[in-house]
Amino acid sequence: MSSAAAEQIEQPTFERDNESKGAEYLTFSLGGEEYGVDILRVQEIRGWEPVTRIPNSPSYVKGVVNLRGAIVPIIDLREQFHLGQVEYSTTTVVVVLQVNNDSGQRVMGVVVEAVSDVVNADRAQVQTTPAFGARVKTEFISGLAASEGKMIMLLDVDKLLNSAELRDTEAENGE
Amino acid sequence: MSIDMAQFHQAFFEESFEGLDAMETGLLNLDLGDADVEEINTIFRAAHSIKGGSGTFGFTDIANFTHVMETLLDEMRDGRRQVTQIAVDTLLRSVDCLRDMMTATSEGTAIDQANVAKHKEELDNLLHGGAGTQTAEVSQAPGDNTGKRGDGQGWQIVFAPHEHLLRTGNDPVRIFRELGELGGLRAEADIAQMPALADMDPEVCYLSWDLRLLGAAPRVAIDDIFAWVEDDADMAIVDLDQQDEIKGEVSPLKEVDAETAPPSPAKTANPPAASAPTTPGGSEERRKPVAGGGGSNANSGSIRVGIDKIDGLINMVGELVITQSMLGMLGEHFDMSKVDRLKDGLVQLERHTRELQESVMRIRMLPISFTFSRFPRMVHDLSSKLGKKIELVMSGEHTEVDKTVIEKIGDPLVHLVRNSLDHGIEMPQDRIAKGKPETGIVHLNAYHKGGNIIIEIKDDGKGLPAEKLLAKARQRGLVSEDANLGTKQIYELIFLPGFSTAEQVSDVSGRGVGMDVVRKNIQALGGTIDIESEEGVGTTFTIRLPLTLAILDGQSVVVGDEIYIVPLVSIIESIQIKPQMINLVAGRGEVFRLRERYLPVIRLNEIFGIPNARAKDLSEGLLVVVEGDGQRCGLFVDDLQGQQQVVIKSLEANYRRVDGVSGATILGDGSVALILDIPGLLRLAGRNQPLEQRLSA
Repeated sequence: MSSAAAEQIEQPTFERDNESKGAEYLTFSLGGEEYGVDILRVQEIRGWEPVTRIPNSPSYVKGVVNLRGAIVPIIDLREQFHLGQVEYSTTTVVVVLQVNNDSGQRVMGVVVEAVSDVVNADRAQVQTTPAFGARVKTEFISGLAASEGKMIMLLDVDKLLNSAELRDTEAENGE
Repeated sequence: MSIDMAQFHQAFFEESFEGLDAMETGLLNLDLGDADVEEINTIFRAAHSIKGGSGTFGFTDIANFTHVMETLLDEMRDGRRQVTQIAVDTLLRSVDCLRDMMTATSEGTAIDQANVAKHKEELDNLLHGGAGTQTAEVSQAPGDNTGKRGDGQGWQIVFAPHEHLLRTGNDPVRIFRELGELGGLRAEADIAQMPALADMDPEVCYLSWDLRLLGAAPRVAIDDIFAWVEDDADMAIVDLDQQDEIKGEVSPLKEVDAETAPPSPAKTANPPAASAPTTPGGSEERRKPVAGGGGSNANSGSIRVGIDKIDGLINMVGELVITQSMLGMLGEHFDMSKVDRLKDGLVQLERHTRELQESVMRIRMLPISFTFSRFPRMVHDLSSKLGKKIELVMSGEHTEVDKTVIEKIGDPLVHLVRNSLDHGIEMPQDRIAKGKPETGIVHLNAYHKGGNIIIEIKDDGKGLPAEKLLAKARQRGLVSEDANLGTKQIYELIFLPGFSTAEQVSDVSGRGVGMDVVRKNIQALGGTIDIESEEGVGTTFTIRLPLTLAILDGQSVVVGDEIYIVPLVSIIESIQIKPQMINLVAGRGEVFRLRERYLPVIRLNEIFGIPNARAKDLSEGLLVVVEGDGQRCGLFVDDLQGQQQVVIKSLEANYRRVDGVSGATILGDGSVALILDIPGLLRLAGRNQPLEQRLSA
């Protein structure tokens, strides 16, 4: 069911192919910093709702929710990035993202403080990531963009949500 | 007319593969020497429809090949050819070849022409070889249409169509035109049945014909022309030479052949090319396509459903709609006086929903004969290869199993049956020496028991040599020298991955080959496998599988604020225990005594790190006694909630596999609850490591 839903929003990626025009990014705030994800990967934006905890999972995996019949895990990016824990309130937002990997597509939700804007970043404006400067592991950041004087860290969704802890690999069961 | 034929290809291939299976089954059932005409007919019909279909779709290679087979079968059907082992073997190999061709065509890959040519030659040899030992007349023109009749007299054909012939879309005129191309044709119509014009129905065929075809047309060519109508007409084809002997006898569905010469015993003498089948190489090459064919058959994305099941569904949906409208009306003007009717309506709704769910599930259920059907052939081939006498007995083929199970259980079963044939059943002389009947019996049985499907593979062979197994395991260091294992535990050894290499002592060789894979496959289906064996008497493998993979009966348990589902099939009982029943092992592990057995306690809140568990002391909560992988334990939870059927959803689809959890489900309030995997939970507990430590690591 999830894949069907994911397919519905799958659009031709002409904007990304034609990179000189740049791409649109959904930006959101996390611990005072601004982050952005490719808007074509955003399936929907939902309010926070209680999750079912998954035993023996990393603490930033909050649990799973029922998204129209599909079981979707919810990740707290603030905890994953060590930006501190924040109480969940009615304004807490879950951004449901479509993640691609070699074995297909998955759907995952990330908890963010608030969704800010949609910005259009020209390719020329996107800088490569410096080796430091954010408290995020820089491997997850595909580049930096500026919008109205604010710096936005553009997240690589696939790298971020395909880490070993979040996918089904036999390798890390050994501990 | 431009219809895209490709849309029918899938259906054609499905039907053809079924036809091939039918042919295979039929061939295996044939009694040599005294073949049942009906059985041959079945095989013939299957070949015939494959030929017709492939011709229609333009798969000429398949059509041509099938044509040769059909000719051979036709001769058998008419009693002109004896059913010999060689003929049956050749036909079986041709079925395999045909299956390969079909697979290649369906996948769009090239047909192995060399292989086809080889088999075709074998068939041709058989055809001509048989003919060569007989009179020239009897040599019915074989498939390639090269054989002409010796004389040039011609044929008399009595063609009396049934009334409905025209409605089937067949036009006699077209048939006659085709006949006309074979030689000079004279047709006389019998108009005796013709009613008065006023009573005539234009769609009914009132005519019958007496045709005379002059010239040397081969019989096969005539048969071809009438192939589409032979079931819809009474026909007789008589050679004009011998017309005196048989006077236009008209019998339904039977072609009378004037040349029904008695089958010559010399026919068994076959050219060398056709006598290859008994070589091991032949049967080896034969086995592969069987498995392949079965696989492609089961894996196709569509499913055939009996019309009765669909009708049942439609009825059920009808009921559901009625209930829904009743509830809708009730809701429009609702007051408290109608609350009883509302309750009734809801009960009805629940019942209909459940029935509907069951019927939908039943659509996915297929009889296990889909899987079993490959075994007669396998046993037939393997037993002759191994030089053993083995009889395969199957029962419970109609037991219905989920489609996924059908797809996945095939390979493990093949493995187990092959093991039984290869290593279980002894050579005939050994069996006689042991006072057993010469023919060994392998029994495949399937039945429902509780919420499970049980599949048994039972042989009356030599059984598992426990001593040797144990010695082997010790030698390989899989078991420590002083370990004291029960017989059951020793049998379990064959499932160890390390136990499956070739250089084992001859008596047990192969008994362990891939058994770990077999068990893994079965576990992946949520099932278990058990062994019972007695040396010298036989071995029984028992496979236990859940009835359906999509839905299970679950018991909700509460720990802290969380709800988990325990599969009902793994629950033995739920008990409240007294402090004196509890013991500590080595000061740490808790065990409790239940009817003379000590069972370990698994605290769900500890193993899953659940906060706020209400019951701290064992006497405060409940122990759910569960069983997984043959082990029992007490699962300590706060409380039990209701039992319900839950729909299994995958966690892996979007996340990953979680130890001790087999999946998730959605509860009535829309929230998600995790389903416990009892064997996994036992393994998790077996790691015996406090969770906090593992998590912080």
